[in-house]
Amino acid sequence: MDQKFVSKRKNLIWKKFWDQRYIMILVLPAVLWMLIFSYLPMLGIILAFKEYNPFMGSFLEGFIKSPWVGINNFIEIFTDKYFLQALRNTIYYSVLNLIIGFPFPIVFALLLNEVANVWFKKFVQTASYLPYFISWVFVIGFIYDIFSDNGVVNGLLLKLNIIDMPISFLVTPKFIPPIVVLSNLWKLFGWNSIIYIAAITSIDPTLFEAATVDGAKRFAQIWYITLPLIKPTIIILLIFNIAGLITNYGLFEQMYLLSNSAIQDVAEIIDTYTYKMGIVLGRYSYATAVGLFRSLAAIILLASANFISKKLFEEGLF
Amino acid sequence: MKLKDKSLGEDIFIIFNTIFMCFIVFITFYPFYYVIIASFNEPLDLLKGPIYLLPRKFSLINYRYILQDRGILQAALITVSRTVIGSLSSVLFTAAFAYGISKKWLLGRQFFIMMALITMYVSGGLIPTYLVIAHFLKLRGNFLVFILPNLFNAFNAFIMSSFFRKDISSEIEESAKIDGANDLLIFFRIVLPLSKPILATMILFNGVWHWNSWFDALLYGGRKLETLSLYLVRAIQSASATGQAGSFISTLGLNTYSVRLATMVIITFPIVIIYPFLQRYFVKGLMIGALKG
Repeated sequence: MDQKFVSKRKNLIWKKFWDQRYIMILVLPAVLWMLIFSYLPMLGIILAFKEYNPFMGSFLEGFIKSPWVGINNFIEIFTDKYFLQALRNTIYYSVLNLIIGFPFPIVFALLLNEVANVWFKKFVQTASYLPYFISWVFVIGFIYDIFSDNGVVNGLLLKLNIIDMPISFLVTPKFIPPIVVLSNLWKLFGWNSIIYIAAITSIDPTLFEAATVDGAKRFAQIWYITLPLIKPTIIILLIFNIAGLITNYGLFEQMYLLSNSAIQDVAEIIDTYTYKMGIVLGRYSYATAVGLFRSLAAIILLASANFISKKLFEEGLF
Repeated sequence: MKLKDKSLGEDIFIIFNTIFMCFIVFITFYPFYYVIIASFNEPLDLLKGPIYLLPRKFSLINYRYILQDRGILQAALITVSRTVIGSLSSVLFTAAFAYGISKKWLLGRQFFIMMALITMYVSGGLIPTYLVIAHFLKLRGNFLVFILPNLFNAFNAFIMSSFFRKDISSEIEESAKIDGANDLLIFFRIVLPLSKPILATMILFNGVWHWNSWFDALLYGGRKLETLSLYLVRAIQSASATGQAGSFISTLGLNTYSVRLATMVIITFPIVIIYPFLQRYFVKGLMIGALKG
């Protein structure tokens, strides 16, 4: 009886599937894609606990036959001073980017909203997010041009008699952090302000009218109406930003393109370290372990950012 | 709506705000402007000292060189091919999945949605992905390495799915079904043509991504599949290795530095032209992304 019921149920599902075969033709290729390009690499995280050898026959053979090494890779990671340096740098740049890159789009959105001329407002906004679409390669290429010994920056500084000799900015470690943070700000502030601008535009205009009648000036309106109403947006984006602190792909492109032997100590971040260890040196398992550490740190950051924001603002993502 | 109070403080604020906005526009456009004028300057003259607002010695030699250089032309061809094929195939592939999960009656819908959602937040990381593509699928040096790994995008799938659910009237689909059309036919003949605006913006968006990306070309492409962006990356790295702005290509008076400038102009030009059209989509996309979390 039970057996019959189960097989009947199976038949029903099969029949339903057959009825939906045409839509399945649309859906299943993407499912197969996800299995190969997303879930197979997730399974590959196991390699962090093995010593994968690419010369052990085919990929699957190497994957299965390679010996288990437990947490050896992780022990090595945390005793490698270059990794610790990369970790420190990653945190340093991420926090700097957050401190400078996060508030600026809010300020920009608030100020842009005060521009009375609609055409000018639209023009400035459209201009501001152009850099988002431009590749880091262009940005860093431009930085090389203007910061070179006979570039625009040295030219101006010489003309204004601030310096007597050109400075080689890009091979001097202390100039790298400001260059990284400011170029990041340049590239992202307009894009990041879009969501605030949308949030400000959606505020009910009668609130401002009422405030005007009550005699509230411009700054009072921003402080008591606009800011409180976009607070949820600010919090959500802050969580996103904190969660994404160490998984910033843009930072990898920036540091990869800027790095040279003179500034290695300040230019190495976790992602460039992973790339060098894994792709350049072929230490696949070790680099996988570094990647796994990075993912775990990202998850912990997301969870704690969410927790803190729930405690402080009674608002979180989940 | 705005305060019509003509106090002195108000005036000062408006003046400073306008100056600030002009400054924003200036710093946004100056890099592009600078690269353009520098690329039109005579290469040897450029090494003598910086130019700020206009070329000192006008010259087209950088562009003439690019039009003759086989390496750059091939890189341009590969970049255009991967951008066109990559973005079209990706949007179509993702739209097919999105259409499927937009149907409440789809068998296993929750499972498929979950599967896609997980890929947005969890990934194997650089090395496992590299091993799957290079060692398991053996796609290194194959043009398909630009296409296949980028076919699907869960984020775009959810945006399109919500579009299909809300903005396409189910009545047209119902009547087509009564006329004997199957889901495949409905998708290609009715749904896709009705979704042209969102598909177009998706394709543009995807295209910008393909156009700019270089890391996959570095990992899997090799010299044979060099893209324009990767060409620039190599030019920049050779500059950073020598510590100078560029090394000389030949006795023509050209150097890698000035050729790089012209390449930068060429690679940025199409994006500057099309990006204003992307605006409507990405505001919407950002909102959905922020709300879904």
